Amino acid sequence: MIEEQFSTGNSFVHSLDPRVKIIVAILFSVVAAVSSNFLALLPALALSLFLIILGKLSIRKVLYRLLLVNGLILFLWLFLPFTYKGEALFNIGPLVGTTEGVLYASQITVKCNAILLVMIALLSTTSVFTLGHAMSQLCFPDKIIHLFLFTYRYIHVIFQEYHRLINAMKIRCFIPRTNLHTYRSYAYLVGMLLVKSYDRAERIHKAMLCRGFNGRYYTLSRFYVKKGDVLYLSVMLAAILGLVILQWTAIA
Amino acid sequence: MHISEGVLSAPVLVTGAALAAAGISIGLKKMGYEKIPQVAVLSSAFFVASLIHVPIGPSSVHLVLNGINGLLLGWLCFPSILVALALQAILFQFGGITVLGINTVNMALPGVICYYLFGKLVNREKRTISSIAAFACGFLSVCFSGILVAISLVFTEQSFMSVAKLIVVAHLPVMIIEGIITLFCVAFLKRVKPEVLGGIYGKGS
Repeated sequence: MIEEQFSTGNSFVHSLDPRVKIIVAILFSVVAAVSSNFLALLPALALSLFLIILGKLSIRKVLYRLLLVNGLILFLWLFLPFTYKGEALFNIGPLVGTTEGVLYASQITVKCNAILLVMIALLSTTSVFTLGHAMSQLCFPDKIIHLFLFTYRYIHVIFQEYHRLINAMKIRCFIPRTNLHTYRSYAYLVGMLLVKSYDRAERIHKAMLCRGFNGRYYTLSRFYVKKGDVLYLSVMLAAILGLVILQWTAIA
Repeated sequence: MHISEGVLSAPVLVTGAALAAAGISIGLKKMGYEKIPQVAVLSSAFFVASLIHVPIGPSSVHLVLNGINGLLLGWLCFPSILVALALQAILFQFGGITVLGINTVNMALPGVICYYLFGKLVNREKRTISSIAAFACGFLSVCFSGILVAISLVFTEQSFMSVAKLIVVAHLPVMIIEGIITLFCVAFLKRVKPEVLGGIYGKGS
């Protein structure tokens, strides 16, 4: 269940310097999130699609991811056309859908999916450990990086623990239903998970102290900026600047 | 509980990021390096616990658990939730970079509030008091989160009003379930490992 589906591959995007990817992903997300004009948003969506293609990712898997995440967007589509004030576009019984509402909802949809695609294309194509190391070289706070790397490391261990507990419950014929017994069992499951992780944390900390842990997390990975990275970074910066100009001039 | 990318307006995103930065810096200041492994293991426990789907009638909801997170971690639940959300964004694309700040605030602030409201009450000897406090902690943490999500939507665009109201109402069953789960979970922890609830993580080193 917890796997990095897109992180392996040998496309151009996979071989990029992770620092470059993080910078581009952040800049693109911010610019796209504050854009409100279709003149800027549609090119942004096209750009994100291009990045997915460049990463040679399985289109089916990407679409599946998008479907899962678009729940809230779908929810908004049920409401926005009717609650946004403006000119009437269509009627469903007594409900009146407005042009502005539909435009606003589609604006959000395009924006959301463009950002999601870029996140899949850039961040999900890097392993989480590499991302952590890259972030530490980009001068993110030390403690956050440590917490990030440790948390990711233990998610897998605790997920296994969780499966052991769930299996033990299943062996004892536990069937989740809407009743107090179910909720109590789940609460004890969570409690047990916390107790076990608490004990484990203590053991880990002592083991680390024994091995001379002084609070520093040294990374051995070195990243080298290659020609491709420079080219990619400059093209992407130009493209993002283009989006800014499109958005800005469209307002003026 | 997550707000997706692209929904909120720039002022809301910036406010969220600023508030999150403030909360996180308080949390980081209180979190010494020696506590990082412990906070990390608990963060991942919460990450995994949020994957648990609890049945309710014909559908199911997943646990949020920001109430217990707040009880156990105090201010440290800001960095803890930030990291869990960042991992969810990278691994499942739930949430994202620009909404990371506001989502962190929406989840962690209720946790901190519950820590101050119920942290002491939960540890009372009397079972009725501690049970009521635990239920209220679970119930209110989700309730506050829902209200914060609603506020961020309404401040983005007035026409989100009905969506926002619906989100709060739809979270009512989640609040009750979280309340029940928190109640039993706290009772379990008190019996099995009371020192977890001692709030050691909450105190600065």
